[in-house]
Amino acid sequence: MTAVPVPGLVSAPPSSAPALVPGAPPPATVFADVWRGIGRENPVLVQFLGMCPTMAVTNVLANGLAMGIATTFVLVGSGLFVSLFRKYIANEVRITSYILIIATFVTLADMLLAATFPDISKALGPFIPLIVANCLLLGRAEAFAAKVPVYRAVADGFGMGAGFTLSLCLLSTIREVLGKGSILGHDLFGPRFEPWVFMMMPPGGFLTLGIALLGLAWVMELRKRRALVTA
Amino acid sequence: MTATHQHQHGGPPSATPQKMTPAWKLLATLAVAGAAAGWLVVMVYNVTLPAIQKHAGEQVDGAVREVLKAPVRWDTLYLIGNAVTATPPAGSNIRELTKAFVGFDAAGARIGVAVVAAEPGFQELLTLMIGFDPSTGALTGYKVLDQKETPGLGDKVEVDKSFGAQFAGRIVPLKGVKTLVAGNPSQVQTITGATISSRAVIRIINDAVAKWRPLLEAHDRGGQR
Repeated sequence: MTAVPVPGLVSAPPSSAPALVPGAPPPATVFADVWRGIGRENPVLVQFLGMCPTMAVTNVLANGLAMGIATTFVLVGSGLFVSLFRKYIANEVRITSYILIIATFVTLADMLLAATFPDISKALGPFIPLIVANCLLLGRAEAFAAKVPVYRAVADGFGMGAGFTLSLCLLSTIREVLGKGSILGHDLFGPRFEPWVFMMMPPGGFLTLGIALLGLAWVMELRKRRALVTA
Repeated sequence: MTATHQHQHGGPPSATPQKMTPAWKLLATLAVAGAAAGWLVVMVYNVTLPAIQKHAGEQVDGAVREVLKAPVRWDTLYLIGNAVTATPPAGSNIRELTKAFVGFDAAGARIGVAVVAAEPGFQELLTLMIGFDPSTGALTGYKVLDQKETPGLGDKVEVDKSFGAQFAGRIVPLKGVKTLVAGNPSQVQTITGATISSRAVIRIINDAVAKWRPLLEAHDRGGQR
């Protein structure tokens, strides 16, 4: 339960690492690479990245889920290609190349979604193409994928995508239940429930996110205190 | 002494030799990446296009069926210039033309005509499929094809079935009222809290029927079916 860092385990002796790239992330297991995005470095709840889609599409669960899956697809795909070609992409044109790779996968995701789930594609409207502008994508390409082997970049993309998806699902579930009285379109409370329309609109998104962050901070504080007591 | 002297001439020792990539290499990287990306996008576009067009067609078909109360079959008319015709000029892209769908019942009698119309709603374009009988001006119904009205309020023009149901049989031009007066065939009750969206629907229907009715009547007088 409590992950207390063991001295000597995390900081490996510098001679063992052949120092791939300056500023490369420390070596880690695939599990740790995946788990980082879901937990300690969650894009939405911890890093505050991708706030625009978080606010815009989390009014119902189906939209939040679709946005999360589309973003995961782009994260994994762009991570794979950025890492695969990291030795051939010259430093001077790296940002241009990363954006090109990201934009390609976003376009693919947009077309595939329109072909498979036209209703969700219509509901998400311009927010799927706008994944290009989500700083989470360029951030992971520049900070992680460009400096690690392919399998680590894919693991990180998958973890960050899963963390993003779970956060959007959490917010959109709360907003759909309160704002529409339904979950994935299925009615929960019957006709006598008066939906809290406020939750469907942008301010409802900010309120839900604020409450989610408050809850997270409270849990972290409790954990910290417990660790202090047991130590 | 000599060491420091040489050192000064040798430039700052901390400066790591920053290797410049030649321009042709940068160009080649971007050209290859751009070509590969373009190829991939075109491939997937070609694969997904039939499915996307099929969905769009199904949406239109479903809407025609709904607003004309399940016609047995329908003909498509095309708006060319200022006239309606059953045969579009050769070489024109049928997908891009403005259309009217003429629905018939099992006995072959005309139920009505369905047209698409879009005008600003509360915050964005509100697109409707409207069914009406051109000879009487009576509506058969409408269906929202696209809307960005306020969720929970304005979107009732699409979601609230009791609002949509009152349009069938109403005579255009419609008038939106808060409380209906019995016996007036042109009145429609607006939704509380969504007056602007309700009025937008009424305005779109009135404008569309006013635009299409003379066109369709002229076409009917032409004697061609």
